[in-house]
Amino acid sequence: MISLTSPVRTWAHGWPAGLKLAGLCAATLVLFFIESVPAHLAIFGAVLGVYALPGRVFLATGMRRLRLLWPFILVVMLWHLWEGSVAQGVAICLRLLSAVALANLVTMTTRLTDMIAVIRWLAAPLRRVGLETRALELAVALTIRMTPVLAEKGELLSASWRARARRRAGWRILLPFTLLALDDADHVAEALKARGGLGN
Amino acid sequence: MERNVALIALFAALIAALGLIPQITLAFGVPITAQSLGVMLCGTVLGARRGALAVLLFVLLVAMGLPLLAGGRGGLGVFASPTVGFVLGFPVAAFVTGWIVERWRGAPLTLVAGVASALGGIVVLYAFGVAGLAVVLEKSLQEALALVTAFIPGDVLKAAIAGMLTSALARARPQSVLSRADAG
Repeated sequence: MISLTSPVRTWAHGWPAGLKLAGLCAATLVLFFIESVPAHLAIFGAVLGVYALPGRVFLATGMRRLRLLWPFILVVMLWHLWEGSVAQGVAICLRLLSAVALANLVTMTTRLTDMIAVIRWLAAPLRRVGLETRALELAVALTIRMTPVLAEKGELLSASWRARARRRAGWRILLPFTLLALDDADHVAEALKARGGLGN
Repeated sequence: MERNVALIALFAALIAALGLIPQITLAFGVPITAQSLGVMLCGTVLGARRGALAVLLFVLLVAMGLPLLAGGRGGLGVFASPTVGFVLGFPVAAFVTGWIVERWRGAPLTLVAGVASALGGIVVLYAFGVAGLAVVLEKSLQEALALVTAFIPGDVLKAAIAGMLTSALARARPQSVLSRADAG
């Protein structure tokens, strides 16, 4: 399973993940209280500058992830052109771009293991009141492991459908696919029990 | 305990895998991803609590930076984008769907699971989704709703499929449809 962390090493890869997340929350909150277009232009320019620092590959990856937003930008801009409040539309779009770009920046510079450490830290109060968080950690690992396994089985199912039929598989394939997931869950549960279980 | 953890993890993986398979395009040209169908199935098959936990696990993995949403999206950017409401509404949608299937016993499972999927996976999910759109894009709730009405027919179809799948699963693996199993 490939995470969205950037393979391009940046100085921010070494920063504590919790600090980056807290900073992101604060920055997003501040963005929502800014209304002026020049301020938003300056902020977005600065964000682009930060993306450009680690080099061309990092910048290109970052921009590709922002492209997903174009339908929303288009709708909002058309809307505000029609209403005659262009400045407000520009501010909304720039805020959206900056907020998503900053959030992606944290994802791109934080390794999955560091994120899991943050989750563990956030779950610490639960452990203190006696709740077992091992199940959560195990479930995270299991899901990461089983997603590619299930996806591969789904591809096999649709390949065998195509071998027998002229049309594409469509939604009918979902029943055997879901059955596979249910049976895998039973096997995984048995394997966990056989290895000592979760201890309760 | 082991079985619950395994089922929750496998259904979270199922939602992710459903986002990886290619989109199914409806007759009238609306592309749908099977991902919200996965959310409905979590509710109808696993029941309210386990279903919501499975979807919550999926959302947690997306937040941690795994590209599990349809089209390979993921990471914290999702939670700043206009569709944030839909992602945050996923666990609640699964919970409501499961809650209805657990309590409404008098009718055929196909009908119950279909209606429950429509109420949870459309009414509840769109309430969250539309609220998110309205906040991020600074529009009124009606204006935000108008933006997403094109997707409702596809979701109605998904709810119907979820209903049929649930009753077929109940026939194939009766002990696995936990929303209807008396000893949970």
